Amino acid sequence: MKKVFAADIYKVFAKVSQKSKLYIPADDGVSQARFLPYMEGMTLTEKLNTGRSAKDLFFPQVENLLKFKVSGKQIEIVDQRDEVESFVIFGVRACDCRSFDILDNVFLYDEPADTFYKTRRANGLVITLACNAPEETCFCTAFGIDPADPAGDITAWKMADAFYFRGNTDKGNALLAELELVEADEEAAHQQQEAIRAIAEKLPFGKLDLTGFDKEHLMEKFKDPRWAELSESCLGCGTCTFVCPTCQCYDIREFNNGKEIQRFRCWDSCMYSDFTMMAHGTNRPTQKERFRQRFMHKLVYYPSNYGGVYGCVGCGRCLQKCPVHTNIVKVAKTLGGENK
Amino acid sequence: MMHDPLFPVLGVVTDIRTDTPDVKTFRVVGVDGKKPFIHIPGQCAMLSIPGVGEALFSITSSPTNEDYMEFSIKKCGCVTTWLHAMEPGQQITIRGPYGNGFPVDTDFAGKDLVFVAGGIGLAPLRSVINYVRHYRSRYGSVDIVYGARSKDDLVDYAEIIEEWSKEEGINVHLTIDNPQEGWDGHVGFVPNYVKELGFDTSKTVVMCGPPIMIKFTLAGLLELGFDKTQVYTTFELKMKCALGKCGRCNIGDKYVCKDGPVFRLDQMDQLPDEY
Repeated sequence: MKKVFAADIYKVFAKVSQKSKLYIPADDGVSQARFLPYMEGMTLTEKLNTGRSAKDLFFPQVENLLKFKVSGKQIEIVDQRDEVESFVIFGVRACDCRSFDILDNVFLYDEPADTFYKTRRANGLVITLACNAPEETCFCTAFGIDPADPAGDITAWKMADAFYFRGNTDKGNALLAELELVEADEEAAHQQQEAIRAIAEKLPFGKLDLTGFDKEHLMEKFKDPRWAELSESCLGCGTCTFVCPTCQCYDIREFNNGKEIQRFRCWDSCMYSDFTMMAHGTNRPTQKERFRQRFMHKLVYYPSNYGGVYGCVGCGRCLQKCPVHTNIVKVAKTLGGENK
Repeated sequence: MMHDPLFPVLGVVTDIRTDTPDVKTFRVVGVDGKKPFIHIPGQCAMLSIPGVGEALFSITSSPTNEDYMEFSIKKCGCVTTWLHAMEPGQQITIRGPYGNGFPVDTDFAGKDLVFVAGGIGLAPLRSVINYVRHYRSRYGSVDIVYGARSKDDLVDYAEIIEEWSKEEGINVHLTIDNPQEGWDGHVGFVPNYVKELGFDTSKTVVMCGPPIMIKFTLAGLLELGFDKTQVYTTFELKMKCALGKCGRCNIGDKYVCKDGPVFRLDQMDQLPDEY
């Protein structure tokens, strides 16, 4: 275990950012925190988590794929892949760190791999930060995530006087070695972990009962009449999907600037009415079907395809951001556990 | 340039055949004049016109055709309207093949086959039919029940009459929805015709057509004594990636692009009816 005195953390950031691009969670000056490229004078946010998730750095909201040049009946295809330089993200919380595993299953391990995502994953180094003060909207523990001991290449703990670091991977250990930090006693981090776990234990949704959300109950859950009631207030705004660290759905679109045609990929949302729209119609005609799709995907379809792992990490962003206060906790409480 | 599965290659449309008032069949080769890739019957490809869009189409030609690929496409949306308006020699982009395809070399081997198609639903089945014709000795009897709104809406009519109907061991049963001058064949909907024909329940059925046809034909087959394990169909839902990642073509926990598009009907009992 290594240690950096709190007053020196920005010196460490400066050193890291000389070699690679470094992202830290900082206030955006408007209302929320976000991962921003570190520059001298920037400070870490006091907020528990960023408004948008850390997935942006591996799966950006918009990215270029290809360019086409058309002349008469001829087409030329030009690769538009953005260069990806090595980068470091500091301050990823346990929930967002788990979301990378969830996205990895889809983009890396399901053949064929997505080479855009793969390149970013290979070039990114993740430094997680244990959550000293999980909030009421946090429920990562319901998914077996330990906010006191997040994964990543390096795990960091923030204490009153210092940051403690533990390398978890070769890549992480190599960076720590380069930084020439002081050796630290592991006991301090252990005490911090116990304190965090004591708070996590008391989180109101931390023990969310997910009984009944599994492959075996797929049809039963799909046919549950309570989806109608649950989805009634949903506006279909898609906010939950955009702040969600595990939402992976994307659209492929084109932009014609008159000279060439740019094909790009951007996030999409199953909450939108045109998501499954084809020339002859859509198979999810009302918000009920679209709402059901989102939560069935997180709680039943994803676990069914990936060994029981849920497609939610309990970050609580959808609880905070939904304009009509509907969310995955409400769904799980209504359809899961004793109510199943 | 690192190749990504989302990147297409160039194709050239070398021939366009008008089948019906709203269906054309497009012949596609790569820029080198060869078939763009190898597929199995029932698999699909993403075709695109830059600036218009990209969409998934079943490959209607058989893999045994080594020279080119064919796509029978009904004009109904942005991409298909553009395709219908273009002229031979036009370049397009193509990527694939996608999906599981029909189990032509496993489950279908040695079986008596009944193909049931409605309208443009013949497109994916034509690939299987011509594959079966090519390897004729590997299969038992072949029945083809094909219906459309009118005689003019029957896709591949010339091939059906000139080739399929004349081949020994293949029985073609055509039907149209309403009586029409110059038509002395069967008149009526496909599901009823299948029931009238009353096939031996040991046969394997391969269906494709509008959902309503699938629904009533299946009901009729079950009445005749068929089991859902003997009936196969192929689906199509909105797709963007065709790689099981963009997240929109799922029926329950299955993605049509990756786990389908071909499903056996007993498998569909385990999935929500959201298609």
